[in-house]
Amino acid sequence: MLQKIYDWIDDRIDITPIWRDIADHEVPEHVNPAHHFSAFVYCFGGLTFFVVVIQILSGMFLTMYYVPDIENAWQSVYYLQTEVAHAQIVRGMHHWGASVVIVMLLLHTLRVFFQGAYKKPRELNWMVGVLIFFVMLGLGFTGYLLPWDNKAYFATQVGLEIAEQVPFIGEALKTLLAGDATIVGAQTLTRFFAIHVFFLPGALFALLAVHFILIRRQGISGPL
Amino acid sequence: MSDEKRQVSRRQFLNYTLTGVGGFMAAGLLISPVRMAIDPVLKHDEGGDFANAGIAIDDITADPQRIDWTIDQVDGWYESEVTRSAWVYRNDDDEIVAFSPICKHLGCVVSWEGNDDYPDQYYCPCHDGRYYKNGVNVPGTPPLQPLDVYEQEERDGMLFLGKIQPHEEA
Repeated sequence: MLQKIYDWIDDRIDITPIWRDIADHEVPEHVNPAHHFSAFVYCFGGLTFFVVVIQILSGMFLTMYYVPDIENAWQSVYYLQTEVAHAQIVRGMHHWGASVVIVMLLLHTLRVFFQGAYKKPRELNWMVGVLIFFVMLGLGFTGYLLPWDNKAYFATQVGLEIAEQVPFIGEALKTLLAGDATIVGAQTLTRFFAIHVFFLPGALFALLAVHFILIRRQGISGPL
Repeated sequence: MSDEKRQVSRRQFLNYTLTGVGGFMAAGLLISPVRMAIDPVLKHDEGGDFANAGIAIDDITADPQRIDWTIDQVDGWYESEVTRSAWVYRNDDDEIVAFSPICKHLGCVVSWEGNDDYPDQYYCPCHDGRYYKNGVNVPGTPPLQPLDVYEQEERDGMLFLGKIQPHEEA
Protein backbone atom coordinates (compact mmCIF):
# COMPACT_ATOMS: atom_id res chain seq x y z
CA MET A 1 0.00 0.00 0.00
CA LEU A 2 2.64 2.50 1.07
CA GLN A 3 4.85 1.31 -1.74
CA LYS A 4 2.03 1.93 -4.18
CA ILE A 5 1.43 5.46 -2.93
CA TYR A 6 5.14 6.13 -3.13
CA ASP A 7 5.35 4.71 -6.65
CA TRP A 8 2.36 6.76 -7.76
CA ILE A 9 3.99 9.97 -6.56
CA ASP A 10 7.47 9.00 -7.74
CA ASP A 11 6.09 8.14 -11.17
CA ARG A 12 4.88 11.70 -11.57
CA ILE A 13 7.41 13.91 -9.85
CA ASP A 14 10.50 11.70 -9.54
CA ILE A 15 11.19 12.20 -5.84
CA THR A 16 13.71 9.35 -5.45
CA PRO A 17 16.75 11.45 -6.45
CA ILE A 18 15.71 14.13 -3.96
CA TRP A 19 15.72 11.96 -0.87
CA ARG A 20 18.64 9.86 -2.14
CA ASP A 21 20.64 13.03 -2.35
CA ILE A 22 19.76 13.81 1.26
CA ALA A 23 19.85 10.36 2.82
CA ASP A 24 22.36 8.35 0.79
CA HIS A 25 25.90 9.28 1.53
CA GLU A 26 28.95 7.35 2.51
CA VAL A 27 30.02 7.32 6.14
CA PRO A 28 33.81 7.07 6.12
CA GLU A 29 35.33 4.31 8.22
CA HIS A 30 37.00 6.67 10.68
CA VAL A 31 33.58 8.20 11.46
CA ASN A 32 31.79 4.89 11.99
CA PRO A 33 31.66 3.75 15.63
CA ALA A 34 31.28 0.15 14.39
CA HIS A 35 34.88 0.31 13.16
CA HIS A 36 36.45 2.49 15.82
CA PHE A 37 34.45 2.92 18.96
CA SER A 38 36.11 6.26 19.64
CA ALA A 39 34.27 7.56 16.60
CA PHE A 40 31.26 8.14 18.85
CA VAL A 41 32.57 11.68 19.22
CA TYR A 42 31.23 12.30 15.72
CA CYS A 43 27.71 11.79 17.05
CA PHE A 44 27.63 14.97 19.11
CA GLY A 45 26.58 17.19 16.22
CA GLY A 46 23.72 14.90 15.29
CA LEU A 47 22.74 14.58 18.94
CA THR A 48 22.64 18.35 19.26
CA PHE A 49 20.28 18.47 16.31
CA PHE A 50 18.18 15.66 17.78
CA VAL A 51 17.75 17.59 21.02
CA VAL A 52 16.92 20.71 19.01
CA VAL A 53 14.12 18.73 17.35
CA ILE A 54 12.85 17.75 20.81
CA GLN A 55 12.97 21.41 21.84
CA ILE A 56 10.99 22.50 18.79
CA LEU A 57 8.35 19.81 19.28
CA SER A 58 7.91 20.26 23.02
CA GLY A 59 7.95 24.04 22.60
CA MET A 60 5.23 23.94 19.97
CA PHE A 61 3.02 21.92 22.26
CA LEU A 62 3.74 24.12 25.28
CA THR A 63 2.46 27.20 23.46
CA MET A 64 -0.94 25.51 23.37
CA TYR A 65 -1.28 26.40 27.05
CA TYR A 66 1.23 29.14 27.70
CA VAL A 67 0.20 32.81 27.70
CA PRO A 68 2.91 35.49 27.37
CA ASP A 69 1.24 38.00 29.66
CA ILE A 70 2.27 39.04 33.16
CA GLU A 71 -1.19 38.37 34.59
CA ASN A 72 -1.49 34.90 33.15
CA ALA A 73 1.98 33.57 32.34
CA TRP A 74 2.65 32.02 35.72
CA GLN A 75 -0.98 30.94 36.10
CA SER A 76 -0.96 29.15 32.76
CA VAL A 77 2.32 27.40 33.53
CA TYR A 78 0.98 26.38 36.94
CA TYR A 79 -2.20 25.14 35.30
CA LEU A 80 -0.40 22.98 32.78
CA GLN A 81 1.96 21.67 35.45
CA THR A 82 -0.86 20.63 37.76
CA GLU A 83 -3.98 20.07 35.67
CA VAL A 84 -3.01 18.92 32.19
CA ALA A 85 -2.10 15.27 31.64
CA HIS A 86 1.54 14.73 30.59
CA ALA A 87 2.17 18.48 30.42
CA GLN A 88 4.66 18.14 33.25
CA ILE A 89 6.63 15.74 31.10
CA VAL A 90 6.49 18.01 28.07
CA ARG A 91 7.65 21.00 30.09
CA GLY A 92 10.30 18.75 31.61
CA MET A 93 11.50 17.84 28.12
CA HIS A 94 11.76 21.51 27.22
CA HIS A 95 13.36 22.49 30.53
CA TRP A 96 16.02 19.77 30.63
CA GLY A 97 16.46 19.70 26.88
CA ALA A 98 17.48 23.35 27.00
CA SER A 99 20.46 22.39 29.15
CA VAL A 100 21.23 19.21 27.21
CA VAL A 101 21.37 21.21 23.96
CA ILE A 102 24.10 23.42 25.41
CA VAL A 103 26.03 20.42 26.71
CA MET A 104 25.84 18.60 23.37
CA LEU A 105 26.73 21.75 21.51
CA LEU A 106 29.82 22.23 23.66
CA LEU A 107 30.89 18.60 23.20
CA HIS A 108 30.45 18.98 19.44
CA THR A 109 32.49 22.18 19.52
CA LEU A 110 35.24 20.50 21.56
CA ARG A 111 35.44 17.60 19.10
CA VAL A 112 35.71 19.94 16.14
CA PHE A 113 38.26 22.05 17.98
CA PHE A 114 40.56 19.29 19.16
CA GLN A 115 40.43 17.42 15.87
CA GLY A 116 41.25 20.62 14.04
CA ALA A 117 38.23 20.00 11.84
CA TYR A 118 37.57 23.75 11.65
CA LYS A 119 40.71 24.32 9.52
CA LYS A 120 40.67 25.22 5.86
CA PRO A 121 38.38 24.73 3.97
CA ARG A 122 35.85 24.51 6.85
CA GLU A 123 36.43 27.88 8.55
CA LEU A 124 33.09 29.22 7.33
CA ASN A 125 31.22 26.34 8.86
CA TRP A 126 32.98 26.95 12.17
CA MET A 127 31.80 30.55 12.07
CA VAL A 128 28.24 29.49 11.31
CA GLY A 129 28.52 27.08 14.25
CA VAL A 130 29.60 29.89 16.55
CA LEU A 131 26.57 31.90 15.41
CA ILE A 132 24.35 28.90 16.18
CA PHE A 133 25.92 28.81 19.64
CA PHE A 134 25.00 32.47 20.21
CA VAL A 135 21.45 31.86 18.99
CA MET A 136 21.17 28.94 21.42
CA LEU A 137 22.34 31.11 24.30
CA GLY A 138 19.77 33.69 23.25
CA LEU A 139 17.06 31.06 23.24
CA GLY A 140 18.11 29.95 26.71
CA PHE A 141 18.14 33.51 28.02
CA THR A 142 14.76 34.50 26.58
CA GLY A 143 13.11 31.20 27.50
CA TYR A 144 14.23 31.50 31.10
CA LEU A 145 11.96 34.49 31.68
CA LEU A 146 8.79 32.98 30.28
CA PRO A 147 7.47 31.12 33.38
CA TRP A 148 7.44 34.54 35.05
CA ASP A 149 8.34 33.26 38.49
CA ASN A 150 10.78 34.91 40.88
CA LYS A 151 13.81 33.07 39.55
CA ALA A 152 12.94 34.02 35.99
CA TYR A 153 12.31 37.65 36.89
CA PHE A 154 15.49 38.25 38.81
CA ALA A 155 17.67 36.27 36.43
CA THR A 156 16.40 38.43 33.60
CA GLN A 157 17.05 41.58 35.58
CA VAL A 158 20.64 40.46 36.01
CA GLY A 159 20.89 39.49 32.34
CA LEU A 160 19.59 42.87 31.26
CA GLU A 161 22.09 44.63 33.48
CA ILE A 162 24.86 42.60 31.90
CA ALA A 163 23.62 43.79 28.51
CA GLU A 164 23.72 47.34 29.87
CA GLN A 165 27.48 47.02 30.45
CA VAL A 166 28.15 47.01 26.72
CA PRO A 167 30.14 50.18 25.94
CA PHE A 168 28.26 53.08 24.33
CA ILE A 169 25.13 51.23 23.24
CA GLY A 170 24.52 49.42 26.53
CA GLU A 171 21.52 51.41 27.69
CA ALA A 172 19.85 51.39 24.29
CA LEU A 173 20.46 47.65 24.05
CA LYS A 174 18.86 47.05 27.42
CA THR A 175 15.83 49.14 26.49
CA LEU A 176 15.56 47.33 23.21
CA LEU A 177 15.56 43.96 24.95
CA ALA A 178 13.30 44.91 27.84
CA GLY A 179 10.89 47.13 25.93
CA ASP A 180 11.22 49.77 28.65
CA ALA A 181 14.14 51.73 30.06
CA THR A 182 13.47 50.89 33.69
CA ILE A 183 10.71 48.32 34.03
CA VAL A 184 11.08 44.59 33.61
CA GLY A 185 7.44 43.83 33.03
CA ALA A 186 4.62 43.36 30.58
CA GLN A 187 6.54 44.58 27.55
CA THR A 188 9.63 42.60 28.48
CA LEU A 189 7.67 39.38 28.68
CA THR A 190 5.95 39.69 25.29
CA ARG A 191 9.21 40.76 23.69
CA PHE A 192 11.08 37.82 25.12
CA PHE A 193 8.29 35.52 24.01
CA ALA A 194 8.38 36.85 20.46
CA ILE A 195 12.16 36.58 20.34
CA HIS A 196 12.03 33.09 21.85
CA VAL A 197 9.43 31.54 19.56
CA PHE A 198 9.74 33.50 16.30
CA PHE A 199 12.92 35.48 15.77
CA LEU A 200 15.58 33.21 17.20
CA PRO A 201 14.09 29.94 15.89
CA GLY A 202 13.89 31.57 12.45
CA ALA A 203 17.55 32.51 12.66
CA LEU A 204 18.36 29.05 14.01
CA PHE A 205 16.68 27.24 11.11
CA ALA A 206 18.51 29.37 8.56
CA LEU A 207 21.86 28.83 10.24
CA LEU A 208 21.27 25.09 10.64
CA ALA A 209 20.43 24.83 6.96
CA VAL A 210 23.69 26.55 6.04
CA HIS A 211 25.58 24.39 8.56
CA PHE A 212 24.22 21.17 7.04
CA ILE A 213 24.56 22.23 3.41
CA LEU A 214 28.18 23.16 4.04
CA ILE A 215 29.05 19.89 5.74
CA ARG A 216 27.47 17.94 2.87
CA ARG A 217 29.34 20.01 0.31
CA GLN A 218 32.66 19.74 2.05
CA GLY A 219 32.30 16.32 3.59
CA ILE A 220 33.45 15.25 7.01
CA SER A 221 37.09 16.05 7.73
CA GLY A 222 39.57 13.22 7.26
CA PRO A 223 41.00 10.92 9.93
CA LEU A 224 43.54 12.30 12.37
CA MET B 1 24.33 -22.11 -0.35
CA SER B 2 20.73 -23.12 -0.03
CA ASP B 3 18.38 -20.18 0.16
CA GLU B 4 15.66 -22.28 1.75
CA LYS B 5 16.21 -20.96 5.26
CA ARG B 6 16.89 -17.33 4.39
CA GLN B 7 13.36 -16.04 4.57
CA VAL B 8 14.52 -12.67 5.87
CA SER B 9 17.41 -11.11 4.06
CA ARG B 10 20.06 -9.13 5.85
CA ARG B 11 18.78 -5.96 4.19
CA GLN B 12 15.22 -6.67 5.27
CA PHE B 13 16.31 -7.43 8.81
CA LEU B 14 18.19 -4.16 9.05
CA ASN B 15 15.27 -2.27 7.56
CA TYR B 16 12.83 -3.76 10.06
CA THR B 17 15.17 -3.14 12.96
CA LEU B 18 15.88 0.45 12.02
CA THR B 19 12.21 1.19 11.35
CA GLY B 20 11.26 -0.40 14.65
CA VAL B 21 13.86 1.45 16.68
CA GLY B 22 13.11 4.70 14.87
CA GLY B 23 9.39 4.26 15.38
CA PHE B 24 9.91 3.47 19.04
CA MET B 25 11.97 6.61 19.52
CA ALA B 26 9.50 8.79 17.62
CA ALA B 27 6.62 7.34 19.63
CA GLY B 28 8.47 7.90 22.90
CA LEU B 29 9.12 11.45 21.86
CA LEU B 30 5.60 12.24 20.75
CA ILE B 31 3.40 10.38 23.20
CA SER B 32 3.52 12.98 25.96
CA PRO B 33 3.10 16.05 23.74
CA VAL B 34 0.18 14.42 21.95
CA ARG B 35 -1.48 13.34 25.19
CA MET B 36 -1.07 16.88 26.47
CA ALA B 37 -2.54 18.38 23.32
CA ILE B 38 -5.64 16.19 23.37
CA ASP B 39 -6.20 16.66 27.10
CA PRO B 40 -9.22 19.00 26.67
CA VAL B 41 -11.02 16.27 24.72
CA LEU B 42 -10.37 13.65 27.38
CA LYS B 43 -11.11 15.83 30.41
CA HIS B 44 -14.40 14.67 31.82
CA ASP B 45 -16.90 17.37 32.49
CA GLU B 46 -17.61 17.62 36.21
CA GLY B 47 -20.86 19.42 35.46
CA GLY B 48 -23.94 19.28 37.64
CA ASP B 49 -23.05 22.55 39.29
CA PHE B 50 -26.29 24.26 40.07
CA ALA B 51 -26.36 28.00 40.57
CA ASN B 52 -29.01 30.17 42.13
CA ALA B 53 -30.93 31.68 39.24
CA GLY B 54 -32.24 34.43 41.49
CA ILE B 55 -35.94 33.76 41.16
CA ALA B 56 -38.32 32.28 43.74
CA ILE B 57 -40.29 29.25 42.64
CA ASP B 58 -43.49 31.04 43.58
CA ASP B 59 -42.70 33.94 41.27
CA ILE B 60 -42.64 31.76 38.19
CA THR B 61 -45.86 32.15 36.24
CA ALA B 62 -47.38 30.77 33.09
CA ASP B 63 -45.89 33.74 31.25
CA PRO B 64 -42.25 33.18 30.24
CA GLN B 65 -39.95 35.65 31.92
CA ARG B 66 -36.33 36.27 31.27
CA ILE B 67 -33.94 35.75 34.16
CA ASP B 68 -30.25 36.56 34.33
CA TRP B 69 -27.84 35.28 36.91
CA THR B 70 -24.09 34.90 37.27
CA ILE B 71 -22.03 31.78 37.72
CA ASP B 72 -18.36 31.31 38.62
CA GLN B 73 -16.73 29.98 35.50
CA VAL B 74 -13.36 28.25 35.65
CA ASP B 75 -11.72 28.38 32.25
CA GLY B 76 -8.32 26.74 32.57
CA TRP B 77 -6.27 29.16 34.65
CA TYR B 78 -8.85 31.93 34.30
CA GLU B 79 -11.73 32.26 36.72
CA SER B 80 -14.48 34.74 36.11
CA GLU B 81 -18.13 35.50 36.69
CA VAL B 82 -20.21 35.08 33.60
CA THR B 83 -23.84 35.91 33.06
CA ARG B 84 -26.30 33.22 32.09
CA SER B 85 -29.83 33.82 30.88
CA ALA B 86 -32.95 31.72 30.66
CA TRP B 87 -36.65 32.02 29.89
CA VAL B 88 -38.66 30.34 32.65
CA TYR B 89 -42.34 29.58 32.86
CA ARG B 90 -44.80 27.12 34.29
CA ASN B 91 -46.24 24.82 31.65
CA ASP B 92 -49.76 23.38 31.49
CA ASP B 93 -48.73 20.46 33.74
CA ASP B 94 -47.58 22.99 36.34
CA GLU B 95 -43.95 22.03 35.76
CA ILE B 96 -41.26 24.64 35.69
CA VAL B 97 -39.32 24.84 32.43
CA ALA B 98 -36.21 26.95 31.88
CA PHE B 99 -35.21 27.43 28.25
CA SER B 100 -31.78 28.43 27.09
CA PRO B 101 -32.23 31.55 24.95
CA ILE B 102 -29.70 30.34 22.40
CA CYS B 103 -31.38 29.82 19.02
CA LYS B 104 -30.87 26.34 17.62
CA HIS B 105 -30.34 27.74 14.17
CA LEU B 106 -27.06 29.65 14.42
CA GLY B 107 -26.80 30.63 18.06
CA CYS B 108 -28.37 34.09 18.30
CA VAL B 109 -30.46 35.02 21.34
CA VAL B 110 -34.22 34.56 21.23
CA SER B 111 -36.83 36.59 23.11
CA TRP B 112 -40.35 35.77 24.15
CA GLU B 113 -42.71 37.78 21.98
CA GLY B 114 -39.66 39.43 20.47
CA ASN B 115 -41.67 40.38 17.41
CA ASP B 116 -45.11 41.99 17.54
CA ASP B 117 -46.22 39.93 14.55
CA TYR B 118 -45.81 36.69 16.46
CA PRO B 119 -47.40 36.91 19.90
CA ASP B 120 -47.00 33.86 22.14
CA GLN B 121 -43.84 32.76 20.39
CA TYR B 122 -40.11 32.98 20.91
CA TYR B 123 -38.54 35.03 18.19
CA CYS B 124 -34.97 35.14 16.93
CA PRO B 125 -34.13 38.43 15.18
CA CYS B 126 -31.28 37.04 13.10
CA HIS B 127 -33.20 34.91 10.62
CA ASP B 128 -36.78 35.10 11.88
CA GLY B 129 -36.54 31.79 13.71
CA ARG B 130 -39.55 31.09 15.89
CA TYR B 131 -40.51 28.68 18.67
CA TYR B 132 -43.82 27.89 20.34
CA LYS B 133 -44.33 28.51 24.01
CA ASN B 134 -43.26 24.92 24.79
CA GLY B 135 -39.91 25.57 23.08
CA VAL B 136 -40.64 23.57 19.96
CA ASN B 137 -39.43 25.19 16.77
CA VAL B 138 -42.11 26.45 14.41
CA PRO B 139 -41.94 24.35 11.23
CA GLY B 140 -40.85 26.33 8.22
CA THR B 141 -38.60 28.69 10.20
CA PRO B 142 -34.82 28.24 10.20
CA PRO B 143 -34.28 26.34 13.50
CA LEU B 144 -34.47 22.57 13.20
CA GLN B 145 -34.59 21.68 16.90
CA PRO B 146 -36.48 22.85 19.97
CA LEU B 147 -34.82 25.23 22.43
CA ASP B 148 -32.46 23.59 24.93
CA VAL B 149 -33.53 23.36 28.56
CA TYR B 150 -31.59 23.88 31.78
CA GLU B 151 -31.30 21.16 34.37
CA GLN B 152 -33.18 22.48 37.38
CA GLU B 153 -33.55 22.02 41.08
CA GLU B 154 -35.47 23.70 43.87
CA ARG B 155 -33.57 24.74 46.98
CA ASP B 156 -35.12 26.76 49.78
CA GLY B 157 -37.88 27.94 47.50
CA MET B 158 -35.43 29.29 44.94
CA LEU B 159 -34.82 28.03 41.42
CA PHE B 160 -31.36 26.57 40.81
CA LEU B 161 -30.27 25.94 37.25
CA GLY B 162 -27.46 23.69 36.04
CA LYS B 163 -26.30 22.30 32.74
CA ILE B 164 -27.96 22.97 29.41
CA GLN B 165 -29.46 19.87 27.83
CA PRO B 166 -31.34 19.11 24.64
CA HIS B 167 -35.10 19.34 24.87
CA GLU B 168 -36.30 15.76 25.25
CA GLU B 169 -39.89 15.65 24.11
CA ALA B 170 -40.75 16.84 20.61
